Amino acid sequence: MRVALMVTCINDALFPRTGQAVVALLRRLGVDVEFPAAQTCCAQPMINTGYLDEAVPVLRAFVEAFAGYDAVVTPSASCAGCARHQHAIVARRAGDPALRAAADAVSPRVYELSEFLVDRLGVTDVGAYYPHTVTYHPTCHSLRMLGVGDRPRRLLEQVRGLTLLELPGAAECCGFGGTFAVKNADTSIAIGTDKARQVRNTGAEVLVAGDNSCLTHIGGLLSRQRAGVRTVHLAEVLAATA
Amino acid sequence: MSATFVGMPPFPAAAREKLADAQLRRNLAHATSTIRARRAALVAEVEASVDGGWEALRVAGAEAKDTALRSLDRQLLRLEETLTANGATVHWARDAAQANAIVAALVRAHGADEVIKVKSMVTQEIGLNEALAAEGIAAWETDLAELIVQLGDDLPSHILVPAIHRNRAEIREIFLRAMGEVGRGAPADLTDAPAVLAAAAREHLREKFLRARVGVSGANFAVAETGTLVVVESEGNGRMCLTLPEVLISVVGIEKVVATWDDLDPLLRLLPRSSTGERMNPYTSMWSGVTPGDGPREVHVVLLDNGRTRALADEVGRQALRCIRCSACLNVCPVYERTGGHAYGSVYPGPIGAILNPLLRGVGHSDQIDALPYASTLCGACFEACPVRIDIPRILVDQRAKIVDAHRGGLPTPEAVAMRTAATGLGSARRLAGGERFTRLGLWFARRVGAPAWTSARDLPPAPAESFRRWWKRTDGGRR
Ligand code: SF4
Repeated sequence: MRVALMVTCINDALFPRTGQAVVALLRRLGVDVEFPAAQTCCAQPMINTGYLDEAVPVLRAFVEAFAGYDAVVTPSASCAGCARHQHAIVARRAGDPALRAAADAVSPRVYELSEFLVDRLGVTDVGAYYPHTVTYHPTCHSLRMLGVGDRPRRLLEQVRGLTLLELPGAAECCGFGGTFAVKNADTSIAIGTDKARQVRNTGAEVLVAGDNSCLTHIGGLLSRQRAGVRTVHLAEVLAATA
Repeated sequence: MSATFVGMPPFPAAAREKLADAQLRRNLAHATSTIRARRAALVAEVEASVDGGWEALRVAGAEAKDTALRSLDRQLLRLEETLTANGATVHWARDAAQANAIVAALVRAHGADEVIKVKSMVTQEIGLNEALAAEGIAAWETDLAELIVQLGDDLPSHILVPAIHRNRAEIREIFLRAMGEVGRGAPADLTDAPAVLAAAAREHLREKFLRARVGVSGANFAVAETGTLVVVESEGNGRMCLTLPEVLISVVGIEKVVATWDDLDPLLRLLPRSSTGERMNPYTSMWSGVTPGDGPREVHVVLLDNGRTRALADEVGRQALRCIRCSACLNVCPVYERTGGHAYGSVYPGPIGAILNPLLRGVGHSDQIDALPYASTLCGACFEACPVRIDIPRILVDQRAKIVDAHRGGLPTPEAVAMRTAATGLGSARRLAGGERFTRLGLWFARRVGAPAWTSARDLPPAPAESFRRWWKRTDGGRR
C-alpha cells in the first residue's frame, strides 16, 4: 500500500509538528508514508470563499501530486472533506473531463487521520502514552461533512495515562469557519468565546481536536484569555510515547 | 407600522451591533437551547419508533416536496382547477406589487378598511401590511408574537417566534403603551406574568375578531389533488381568522403546493417536531374552497411567484423551495444564536434566509444580499437539522461562487487579488520551488488581509523555525 501524507498548507507553514507526528505515528504502525513534495493546498479557501476559477489550477496541482497513491492521509477533516465532497464541483466548473476523472480517482482515497487508523489499519490502540487531562472538540467537518463519528474518541480512550473529560456542547461549532473568521470576525469571536468557556469549565489542561485551523481559533482565544489551556492536535497525542 | 428592513447594513456591521446586546444574547441562548432540546427528544422518539427512523421520514418529506416541484407547472394548474371547482377564486401574482394590489382591491371591493391576519411569512415577504396601510386599510396581526412585534413597531427576528428577542418585561411595556392606541387597551394593573399578558392579548384581539369582515392568511401547504389549503398553528387565533370573517384571502407561494393528500403525511409529522418541538401542533386548519353555511362565504387564493421561479431555475439552489419554514435551522445555527434575526435584514433570517434571499432576489446588485451567504461558518448543523434535507452549506458555497462571478470584470477587491495570486502560486508550485512559495504567500495574506481582524481578540501561534517541507527535506522525512 502506497500511502501519501497530505500535510495541508496550514500545517506545512504553521504546525510542522503535526505533520511530524503523523509521520512518526504511521511509521510506528508499519506504514512507510511518503511526502509528495509537489503538494500545496486542497483549494478549500478558494472554494468556500466563492473563487471557483481560482480553485481550478490548485486542484490540478493537487491531483498531480497525489495521483497513484492507494491512500492519502491528512491530519485535517476539513481538507479531507474538501477533497471528497468539493473537488468534483471544481472539476465540473473547469469543464475538463480529464481533470474530472483524475479528481474522481483521488477523492475517495483521501482519509482523515482517525478514519485511516480505524478503518484502513484497523487499530484503536496505537501504543500512545500521554499523561494529561484532556478534553476533545469534534470539529464540524469531522462530524457532519465526513462523519468520522466516535473514531477519534475510541483512539483517545486507548491512550495510556490520558484522562478524557466530557466537553459540554461538544458538537457545536467553534466559530472559525475559514474566511468567516476574518470576514465576520465579531461573530466568529462571539461563538468562539462560548466554546472557550466550555473548554475552561471542564478543567482540562489540554484541548485536543483533529484540525489545527479550529485549534488556532479556539487556542488564540484561550491564549489571549491567559486561560492556561494548551491546544494540541490529535496526531500529536497519538504519536506521543513514554 | 413603519418598521422596515430596507436600508439595513450588510451582515457583518449589523451583527456587530446585535452582538453587543447582552439581553438579546441571553434571550436567544435560552430560547434556542430550550427548543433544540425539545426537538432532539422528539427526533430520538421517532428514531426508536418509526421504521427507518427520522431519516426515513426526512427522505419522505423531501420527496413529497420534490415531486411537486418537479412538475410545478402541472401541479399549479391542477390546484387552480380544484380550488375553482370548490368555489374559490384563484389569482396569479408575479411579484409583491401585484399580490398586494390584488389583496387591496379585494378588501376595498367589500367596503372594508381593516383585515385580521393569520401569522404568515409570505405576507411579510411582500410587505402586505405596509401596502394596505398606504391604501388606508389596517391589517391586524393576531398571532401573539406577531402582535407584540406589531405593537412594538418592531421587526420580526425569528420565523416561528418573531418576538424571540423580547422578554416578558418588555412585552408588558409594549402592551401598556400601544394597545390602547389601536383598540382595547391593556388593564392598568397589567403584570408581566405570561398568563396575564396572554389574557390582555385575548381581550384586545377578541374585539377585532368579532368585528372584522375580511381575513388574510398564508398557507403551509396547498394540496393540488383536492384544492385544500392547510394552516398549522399553536394558538387558535389563526382559526378565528379563517372561520369568522365573511371573506378569506390567502396569499400562497407557488412552492407550497403538494400533489396529493397523502403527501401531507410525512410533512405534518416533520413540521411540528422540527419547529415547536411538539408531536403535533395544537391547531391544523384545512379548508377546500367555500362551504355554504360554514366559514367564509368568499374564498380567494393569490398564487405568488416573487422570485420562486428564479430559484427553481437554479440547479443547486432549487432544493431550498422544499423549505417548510420550520426554523429548525435557525435554532441550531451558531451564528443565528449569537446575532439573532435582525442582522440578516430580512423576514427570512438564519441559514434559510442566507440562501433564500439571494435565490429569490438574485445576487450582484445589493451588498446586503451579497453578504448573506458569507454569514455562515459552514458548520453543517442546519443541513443535519433540516426536516426536508436542504443541503444549506452546499447552496451557501454555490451562492458565494455566483456572487464572486457577478463581480468579475469590475475593480478587484484585495481579497480577489489575494485569491488570484494564491491560485497562480499554488497551481504552478510544481514548477517553482514547491510549496515554499505558497507558505510565504500565506503568511503575506495573513499579515496584509486578515491580521487586524484576527488579532483583535485572538493570539496568533508563534511561527515555527522551519516549515514541514523544509524539515522533511533536511531530515529525509525524519530518517536522519
Ligand atoms: S431550511 Fe429546513 S430547517 Fe430551515 S426552516 Fe426550511 S425546512 Fe426548516
